[in-house]
Parts: sequence; C-alpha cells; structure tokens
Amino acid sequence: MAESILGKLGFRRASGVDEAGWGRTLAVAVVAFIYFLPVLFIIFTAFKPQGDALLVPPTLSPTSLFGLIPDHFVFKPTLENFGSVFSRSMTPDGAPEATGFDRYFFNSIFIASASVLLALVIGTLAAFGFSRYPLKGNDTYLFIILTTRMLPAIVVIIPVILMFRVVGLSGSYLGIIMLYTAFNLAFTIWMMKSFFDELSPDVEDAARIDGSSGMRVFFKICLPQVIAGLAATFVFGLILTWNEFLFALLLSGPDTRTVPVAMNQAVSSGGRGTDWTLLAAIETLFLVPVFLVTFFLQNHLLRGVTFGTVKR
Amino acid sequence: MTAVSSTLPTPRFTTVVAHNWKLAIAVAVVVSAVSMAGLPAAVSFWVVGATAALVAAAFTVNAYRRHYFGALLVAPAIAVLFVMNIFPLLWSLGLSFFAYQANQQTIRFVGLGNYVRILTNDLAAHATWGALINTAMFVVFTVSAQMIVGFLLAILFAKQFPLRKYLLILVLTPMMLSVVASGVFFTYYYDPTFGILSYVINSISGNQFILMSNKVGAVAGIVFADAWMWSPFVMLLVLAGLVSVPKYLYEAAAIDRISSWRQFWMITFPYIRGLLMLALLFRTIEAFKLADLVILLTKGGNDTLTISYHLIRIANEQNKTSEGAAISYLMLFMVIVLTNLYLYLANRRTQGA
Repeated sequence: MAESILGKLGFRRASGVDEAGWGRTLAVAVVAFIYFLPVLFIIFTAFKPQGDALLVPPTLSPTSLFGLIPDHFVFKPTLENFGSVFSRSMTPDGAPEATGFDRYFFNSIFIASASVLLALVIGTLAAFGFSRYPLKGNDTYLFIILTTRMLPAIVVIIPVILMFRVVGLSGSYLGIIMLYTAFNLAFTIWMMKSFFDELSPDVEDAARIDGSSGMRVFFKICLPQVIAGLAATFVFGLILTWNEFLFALLLSGPDTRTVPVAMNQAVSSGGRGTDWTLLAAIETLFLVPVFLVTFFLQNHLLRGVTFGTVKR
Repeated sequence: MTAVSSTLPTPRFTTVVAHNWKLAIAVAVVVSAVSMAGLPAAVSFWVVGATAALVAAAFTVNAYRRHYFGALLVAPAIAVLFVMNIFPLLWSLGLSFFAYQANQQTIRFVGLGNYVRILTNDLAAHATWGALINTAMFVVFTVSAQMIVGFLLAILFAKQFPLRKYLLILVLTPMMLSVVASGVFFTYYYDPTFGILSYVINSISGNQFILMSNKVGAVAGIVFADAWMWSPFVMLLVLAGLVSVPKYLYEAAAIDRISSWRQFWMITFPYIRGLLMLALLFRTIEAFKLADLVILLTKGGNDTLTISYHLIRIANEQNKTSEGAAISYLMLFMVIVLTNLYLYLANRRTQGA
C-alpha cells in the first residue's frame, strides 16, 4: 500500500538513477557554496573570539586548510559565544547573569509547533469538508480564506492589538498561538484541499458502499494517502512561523517573547553597537531545528510547494 | 456527495432542545446586550464569547443531527479565521471612518475623511504615493531578480546527481534564516568601514565606497538581500515543474533531433509556465508586503520607504490608528485585485492543462 502511494505521488523518481554524473555535482557544489557563503559567514562568526568580529579584513576560516589560507584570514574557533547566549555579564565587570534565552527558545519551539499543528488539525478537517462536502458558496469561502493569507500582517494587526488589549490576551501564549494558527490556516486549507481533490474516489466510494462511516473513510482511507501533503504543509508553516517577526514584536510579552524578537533586542540594546558574535551564535542555534526538520522532510517539499497543482 | 437529507423536524422557537439555534441566537443577543451595557469591557468580552460558543454549539448539534458534515468539518476553521482575521478586518474598516488615535480617548466620525486625506492631502498623500511608487519599484526589481535566479538554480538541480539532496538544502538555507539576523548581517556586509563589499571595492578602485549613500545603492542592497533570501522559493516551484515533465518527450525530441533551444520552448516551458505564473504572483504579493528588510537596512532613508513600512510608522509609531486603517484598506483592495488575478491565472491553467 505505502509503496504504491509513494510511487503514485512520484517520490520514487527523486531517488532513482543518477542521470547526471559527478561533473554536475561539482558544478552545482560551486554554485551552492557561493549561494551559501553569507550563511556560512554567520555560522563562522558564531565561533569567532569576540575581538575578531570587526577585524578589517575579516577573518574567514577556522582552519588554514594546510597553509592554503593566509594566516591573517584564520581565526581560532571558540564555543564561548554559545555560552553567552544563555548567560553573560551585562555590565563591563559584573558577574554572568542568565539572559533568559532558554525561555525564548522554549517559547519559539512551543508557539511555532503548537500553532502549526493546530492549524494542521483544524485545516485538514476543513480541507476535507471543502473537498468532499461542498457547501453553498464553497468558492467564495475559499477565496475569502485565501485573501486572509495574502494580506499584509500589518493590515490586521492594529485591530488585533486593540482587541487583545481589551481582552487581556496581549502577551499571552493563547493569543499569539491563535493568531499564528489563523495565519497558517489559509495556507493549510488550500494545500490540503488540493491534495484531497487529487485522490482517486474509487476506494472511498467502495468503502462507503460497504457501510464505512464518513469518519472511518477519512481516517482509514484519505488521511494515510495525504501524509506527504501533511509533511509539506508542516515544513512550510514551520519556516514561516518560526521566523515571524512583526506579530511577535507587537504582541508577545516578556514571558512569551520569541527568539527573533529577543534577537532584535539583544542586537539593538546596550548602546555598544551590534554584538556580532552573539547575534551569530543566537541565529546559528536558532537555525538548527528548522534546518533539521526541513532536511528530513525535504522530499515532500518539492510537491508541497506547488500546492499540489502538479499532476503526475 | 451532498448532505443526506434528514427528517429531523424544525423545533418550535420556544422549545429548549440542543439544536434549536434560533432560540440560542435570541438568548445570545439579549445576554450580550445586557453584559455590554452593564459589565466592564474585559468581562463582557468573555460573556459575549460564551454566548457565541452557545450559538456555535447549537449550530453544531443541529448540523450533526441533520448530517451536514461539510458545515461541521469547516466550522472550526471558519471560527478561528473569523475571530483572528475577519473580525479584526471589519473592526479596522469601521475605524477607518473615524478620527481615532490609540493613545487618546477621543473618537470622532469623519466619514471618508481619512481616505481623502491619505490620497489628496499635501503631506500625507505625498508620503502615501511616494511609498506606493517605491513599493512598485521594489516589486519589479526583487521579483524579476528572484525569478531569474530561482529559474537558473532550478535548471541546475533539475537532474538527479550524486549528493543532490545535500547541495539542495544548502541553497534552501537562506529561506530559513530569521530576517532579523540576515538583515542585520547584510548591514554588516554593506558596512563602509568593516564590510566585505566595501573592502573589496576599495582595494580595487582605491576610493572609499559606500553602498548605502544614495538611492540606487540602497535599493540595490535591499533587492539583493531579498532576492538572495527568496530565490530558493521560486527555485522549488520551478523545480517541481521541471521534474514533472515526462521523460519520453525528451527521448522523442532527441530522436527527431530537435535543438535544445526549441526543446526548451516546445516541451519544458509548457510544463513550467503555470508554476512560473504561480511563483510570480506569490512573490509579487510577498514583495508588496516588504517592510522588515527596509527597516533593518535603511530605516526608510534614501527614499526607500515602502507602503508596508509607511503603514507601520503611521499606525504604530505615530499612533494615527484610523489613518493607518484607511491605508490598510487601500492595501487590502490591491491585494484582492492581485489575489483575483492569481486565481484567474491558476484556474485558467488547470483548465488548459
């Protein structure tokens, strides 16, 4: 079963025979490396000793690659910066204090995963409804839902701020999670609907004729076939929610602050200019979870990004 | 697969049964009105919320007993979207007809005054139109840069080759970076004293080079950063189109000895045309919202203010709430036009393909 579904969705293709050889690998590696350089520089900066960050010319590599790179471009890697993400002295000669970043990392993980998963549950149900039990004015509902996705965040943010102030939801987990859920919902519904639309109705009809309830058809027949879609939707929602800045800046309180907001604060406060090594260390740590998730769900991304519009 | 018609009788208005939603609405309206009149705002909000939940429950039971599964499945999503998106939008539509500032208590009805002001008043209209023109410029430059770079990257990755998976994730990483970090690091790359760019150009030309010193440089800097971050997105879309081209078409073309240029236009392009269109429109809409990179890189200096950033300034920094709401609706209108265009093209594509 699983094999045939994967084959039908075209995932086998990706792991097929190598069409182009190592020559292509080499060419693409050069391009990919150049494209990746700005990220690599951030990651390397995270390992630089504090004083090295603003050297001119900048130090570029943690090793001399057996003498290939001149000495003045080489820095001595250190893990110090990662420690000072979580605790450092705030005054020139004070004792190290906790910065609260462990809390912010927890907030980011909790808020992003909660809202993406919530949107996935609610959105998948709705997508199944839109796909299998069309309502009167189905297309109008779908259009309104898509419009909410296309809207600039700021357009809704003024009334949301006012609403949250009145209700006392500003700075709470519930408020920001619900808001992110709403913003992921539109995307989730459109994407999952296109996946449900593409399923062949034969098996479903057969199951219905055999007397399976609607719920059983959904859980036992439809859901297993759209797991790829769920994964793709999850990755996209995660990337967008993980890095969301504006809502978080305006609506999160001291306890619910997410990493991008805290990062912005750590960079812009203190009056000593940007602490480059610290910023780089935060970003490097912050990149790891979303990088890993994307890497492991990468095969589904290709299909997911098309909103399922590519017929195979 | 329409809803199964049911023989459930409609209850009399006064009968207290779980699916009597008309009675539930009547109760909800009365209770809400009383609580809004008599209780403080924060409390009455929850009371109104509870009555809304009551109505929702009545609708749910009604739909369940009558087997309206579609409505049942869609209801939670509509509820969340209504509370978090549609209700705030209606609220800000209302606000746009008043003179109101979030840091003051007074509120005064001005009708279309805010719209007239942002579109015709000397100072305000000047800023609005300037921001709109800048936004259009950014849309043109960033989107075309992303389309070209994304397309070329996709062609590179179109075939299967060793280690492809690992190289692809390297190219995807810029998309995963937090815009705060990448934006701030781009200010570093562009910095006249410490930045790599100035260092390289200084050592070649011998003159001090400052990228952000004029509008052309500032725009180029922002466009480059944005294109770098989001080209991978276009790449993914195009790539999805490229891998969907059936191989036998290329084999047939090879037998007929069709030149690779014609092969591209005759075989490949029809398969990716629709996806290119999707990428174009999706990125256009995103570029239309461009604000964070501008805030981080230029703070709107050198005439790089975009409409989104203009709105943030008006609404959040200057506290001109209702004027911001009017600009919001100007943007909403444009977004709806763009969305319609997007849907029109997407639909035409599925019908044509």
